Amino acid sequence: MTYATLPAPAEAPPLAEAAEKRRLGIAFWICIAWLLLMVALAILAPYLPIKNPRLNFTHRGQAGASKGPSAAHWFGTDKDARDVFARTVYGARVSLTVGFVAIGFGMLVGGTLGILSGYFRGWWDRCFSFLFLVLLSFPSLVLAIMLTALLDRKLFTIAMILGVLAIAPVGRLARATTLQFAEREFVMAARSLGAKNKRIIVRELLPNVAIPMSALALLGMAVAIVAEGGLAFLGLSVEKGITWGGMIQLGSDSSKTLERAPWIAFFPIGVLFITVFALNFAGDRVRSFYDVKEISL
Amino acid sequence: MSELQTALRQDQNALLEVTDLRTHFRTERGIVRAVDGVSLTLERGKCLGIVGESGSGKTVLSRSLMGLLPSSNTITSGSVKFEGKEILGLPLKEMRRLWGREMSMVFQNPMTSLNPLMKIGKQIEEPLSLHLDMSRADARATAERLLRDVRIPEPERRLDQFPHELSGGMRQRAMIAIALACGPTLLFADEPTTALDVTVQAQILQLIGEQRTDRNMSVILVTHDLGVVAGHTDEIAVMYGGKLVEKAPTRTLFAEMKMPYTMSLMRSIPKLEEASHTRLATIPGRPPDLVNPPLGCRFAPRCAYARDKCLTEEPPLRRADNLYHFYACWYPVGSPEFNQREAELASGVVPVTVGAR
Repeated sequence: MTYATLPAPAEAPPLAEAAEKRRLGIAFWICIAWLLLMVALAILAPYLPIKNPRLNFTHRGQAGASKGPSAAHWFGTDKDARDVFARTVYGARVSLTVGFVAIGFGMLVGGTLGILSGYFRGWWDRCFSFLFLVLLSFPSLVLAIMLTALLDRKLFTIAMILGVLAIAPVGRLARATTLQFAEREFVMAARSLGAKNKRIIVRELLPNVAIPMSALALLGMAVAIVAEGGLAFLGLSVEKGITWGGMIQLGSDSSKTLERAPWIAFFPIGVLFITVFALNFAGDRVRSFYDVKEISL
Repeated sequence: MSELQTALRQDQNALLEVTDLRTHFRTERGIVRAVDGVSLTLERGKCLGIVGESGSGKTVLSRSLMGLLPSSNTITSGSVKFEGKEILGLPLKEMRRLWGREMSMVFQNPMTSLNPLMKIGKQIEEPLSLHLDMSRADARATAERLLRDVRIPEPERRLDQFPHELSGGMRQRAMIAIALACGPTLLFADEPTTALDVTVQAQILQLIGEQRTDRNMSVILVTHDLGVVAGHTDEIAVMYGGKLVEKAPTRTLFAEMKMPYTMSLMRSIPKLEEASHTRLATIPGRPPDLVNPPLGCRFAPRCAYARDKCLTEEPPLRRADNLYHFYACWYPVGSPEFNQREAELASGVVPVTVGAR
């Protein structure tokens, strides 16, 4: 009932410390650089001076098809004597396309539904939350396998299947974040100034919800790439394309192959690992960076 | 009637006329009577203070007046006339035309009432371009002028800053600038200083007061602090348990308050002349449950001056000697019964208990 009933706003940390905390760190930028390199390789693959990934490089008089890494074939050649490096580069096209399209679709659909249900609540919320629950209750790999068996196995189909699986987790995060921000007074303030729902959602909520969503997008891409690898390993991914999962499967179909020519599986595994790690690490950094900003408010 | 007379009448008419406003919420526990029959009027350019403790319905009152409550579980009845036009239950589309342009609100917590991701300038320009169709350049110039009006130093630099780069007091000033942007005739200030430092509190209240005179705007100042409203309002309405229990011009209220509740609020303000570590006077008990409000006077269970009648019969709002002074109490401050109990309490004959019978 008196003055100072509420605690004074928390003191901002000293400037140097604040600057320290707000940096994303060098490791983050290394990850981003790796991802950009992957994207560039995937896009530019046909124009780069690399070998034809489908060409057979056996020469007369040479015993055994697969050869270890050499100056001619940086990552060696596989059992059909094809260049592993070229195949790894081309494999990035499938993996990254699947990653982007899947999470893009998940963000678009899941994010929209999540924001709508978090903002309007009521029946919207009940319907969409139920939908998310249904989607989450399917074992996702089984669902993906089933769908790939039923539908065709084109790149776009695979990407969309993984995209559908991304709807529920993305939607739930979007809904939770929207609920949290819709409670904030600035949304009420915007309303009290005559802003319409559309304007509030697009101008006030979307930018605020987008930050945690961007962290999830990076993590989700990693999940989608791994899932595609899993499908490819089972021989259920893109039928005629070159994929990392398919290469890994080829290089590890028997213990003999792994023993004699480990490079066939090792290089795609390594690239897949670094890419997924970079995505996860970058996603994590984005999230903690955002947390710091939230605290300083 | 000649045009002059019509104009005159228009002028005399109150800006805001509230009659028997009730706002009830449907909840799982039953119906919460958050605002239960409030009537008041507010003239143009005047400042009305609404005082009460937490849960007395003062915030709900200001939000129902503005029509900002969610429609799904709210039942409102009564009448709210703004410039002579009924606005209660107006469709959302028409309310939006009033919001920002005719009435706007300053919120309690400047930490959460600004969008953390939008530059201050942009947030002020939004309503300008929305309601007044200003061009971007015009809106920016106006935003800068508004920031200068609310005494923010270096306004042109602030326009491009984010809320977290401003101090609490600055943010509340920015919030006021946003609320004033489209020149509203009625400003709601819902505990505008509660989250701020004491020294900043006075500045913000003074700022709202200045803007009120400059713009001939009416202000409704909602607060739990009688000290806040004392110097800045023309009239004070005291709320308790969703009802208006006393209403008077500020001077009159402080000079001759009638409600024991108002008196208790007054006594709970710490005084400078008291020795340090003096125990603060408090009001025992808690505000009433608004699902099952007490039968008689809603304050009776906590009132040291209550008698049997208070617990069974609800006191009506009565007019005091002063024409503009209303109160709802059977045994108001100064009545023989009140004085008798006061003497008993002082001598210790009757122990000070909650709900003394």
